[in-house]
Amino acid sequence: MNLYPVRAIYAAEMARTRRTLLQSIVSPVISTSLYFVVFGAAIGSRISEIDGVSYGAFIVPGLIMLMLLTQSVSNASFGIFFPKFSGSIYELLSAPISHIEIVIGYVGAAATKSIVLGLIILATAGLFVPLEIAHPLWMLTFLVLTAVTFSLLGFIIGIWADGFDKLQLVPLLVITPLTFLGGSFYSIDMLPPVWQTLTLFNPVVYLVSGFRWSFYGISDVSLMASVAMILVFLALCLAVIAWMFRTGYRLRP
Amino acid sequence: MAPSSLNELSQAVLPDALGAAEPIIRISGLEKTYAGGFHALKSVDLSIRRGEIFALLGPNGAGKTTLISVVCGLVNPSAGEVRVDGFDNVRDYRQARSLIGLVPQELTNEAFETVWNTVSFSRGLFGKPPNPAHIERILKSLTLWDKRDNRLITLSGGMKRRVLIAKALSHEPRILFLDEPTAGVDVELRREMWEVVRQLRDSGVTIILTTHYIEEAEEMADRIGVINGGRIVLVEEKAALMRKLGSKQLTLHLQVPLDAVPASLAGYDLQLAADGSELIYSYDGAEEGSGITALLGDLDAAGIAFKDLHTRQSSLEDIFVDLVKERP
Repeated sequence: MNLYPVRAIYAAEMARTRRTLLQSIVSPVISTSLYFVVFGAAIGSRISEIDGVSYGAFIVPGLIMLMLLTQSVSNASFGIFFPKFSGSIYELLSAPISHIEIVIGYVGAAATKSIVLGLIILATAGLFVPLEIAHPLWMLTFLVLTAVTFSLLGFIIGIWADGFDKLQLVPLLVITPLTFLGGSFYSIDMLPPVWQTLTLFNPVVYLVSGFRWSFYGISDVSLMASVAMILVFLALCLAVIAWMFRTGYRLRP
Repeated sequence: MAPSSLNELSQAVLPDALGAAEPIIRISGLEKTYAGGFHALKSVDLSIRRGEIFALLGPNGAGKTTLISVVCGLVNPSAGEVRVDGFDNVRDYRQARSLIGLVPQELTNEAFETVWNTVSFSRGLFGKPPNPAHIERILKSLTLWDKRDNRLITLSGGMKRRVLIAKALSHEPRILFLDEPTAGVDVELRREMWEVVRQLRDSGVTIILTTHYIEEAEEMADRIGVINGGRIVLVEEKAALMRKLGSKQLTLHLQVPLDAVPASLAGYDLQLAADGSELIYSYDGAEEGSGITALLGDLDAAGIAFKDLHTRQSSLEDIFVDLVKERP
C-alpha cells in the first residue's frame, strides 16, 4: 500500500471540513443542543426515569447516534460525489492508486469527522445532563464502528447518486426515519408488543441499544446482537464497494 | 536557485526518456463498446514514439477522448491491450499510470482550493512524496508562481488550464496527454500554450494531443494520427503526410482577363477564376517536375502576360477533410 495518496485524499477532505467549519461542526452541535432543550428539558421533565436513567440522560446515546449516522453518510457521500459532479474525478481514476487506498482516504476522513463530531456532541450533552459512561472502551468501539460503517454507506450513495437530489434521498427518507423509530428517544419496551417485534427489523435499534448499553448498562437487545448487526452491515457495505470498483459502476464506464 | 524554464525542469523530470527505440505506448487491438451499445473504438492499433508530439485528429464523436480515456484508465477497455513503457495499463496499473499525466478537456478543478494546494494534492495522489522545490519549479515555469495562494475560482480560464497542466506534471510524468489543450482559449493564449508544449517536448516528455484545430497539429505535431468512426484511418509523419497528400496550386494574376483557357494550353490542369483574371494551375508537389517552366513558356507563346503569381500548398485541414470524407 502507498500511503502518500491516502494521506493526500485524507488531508484534502479534512481541509474541506475546515473550510466549511460552520456547516460541518457548528450546525450539528446547535441542532443537537435544540434536541436536548426540547426533548430533554421541556418534555423530559414530564417523563419519569427509564430503567433508572433520567429521560434527558437516556436520549444522549440516541442523539449522538442520530448525528453520527446522518453526518457519516452525508460527509462520505459528498466527498466522493463532488469530484464526480465537478469532473475532477478524472484525476482520482487516472492515478496509480488502489481501490482500497481510495476507500481508506475518503471513508477515513468522513469517519474521522463524524467521530470528532460525536465527541463534541457528547461534551455538549454534558452541559445539559449529568453523564456517566459505564463502558468507555465499548462506547468508543461503537462510535468508531458505526462511523466507519455509515461512512462506507455514504461512499456507496456518493457513487450511486447522479444528482444532488439522490444524495439527500437516503439520509432523509431512510436514515433519519429509521433512527427516529430505532429507540433514540424511547425504550422499545415502551411500545405495544406488535411494534416491539416490528422494531427488531430496524437495524438502527441494535446500534442505539448497544451504544446506550456502553453508557448505562441497559439495552433493548443483547450486546452481541448489536455487535453482530454492525459487523454484518460493515461487511455488506464493503462487499458492495468491492463490486462497484470491480465493475466500474458509475465510475469507470 | 530553482530553475524556472520547462527545459531546466525536465532535467530533473526525465533523465532517460529520449533515445530508446521502443515505443513508449503500444496499443493493440483496442476495442470499446459502451453499455448503451455504442462501439466507440474498433480494433485500434497505435504506437507512440518516445519524445514525439503526436496529434490525434478526428471529428466529433470519432473516438479521440475514449482512446485517451482508456489509455489513462478512466474507461475500461472491452478488448485489446495498452502497454505503457512495457507495462500493461490494467494489470500493472500502478507502474503504467505513474508514467502518465493527463490534462482533460474540461476545466475541472476544486474551486475553493489554492493553486499550491491543488498541485501538491495531485503529486500526493500519484504516490509521490512531497517536493515543494519541484512544485515551485512547475509553477514558475507555467507563470503561476504569483498565483500560488489564489483560489482556483478567482483565476481566468487560461490560468485554470495552466493549473491543470501543472497538476498533470506534478508527479514528473514521462508522457503527457492533452485533450483539446487550447479549446476555447484566445489566439494569444493558444500560441503561449503551444510554446509550453514545445518546451515540454524539448525536455523529453512525450506529448499526445487531441485537437479540433488543424492548425494546432500542423504547427506542433511530429506525427499525425486521424481517427474516424472509432478506427485509426491514418498515421503518418506530418511532413510526409503533407508531401504525399498535399497538392499544390500556382495562381497567375493576368494582365488581361480571359474568356476561356486557350486550346494551346489544354494539356495543363488549368482553371480560370476571378472573372477570368486569375489562371490557376494545379500540380502534384511530390513529383519531380512540376511543369511550371513549360507552362510559363507556353503562356508566353500564347501571348498571355501576367502581373503577379503565387503558389499554395494544401493545408492539413484540406487533407483531413478529404480523409474523413473518403473513409466514413
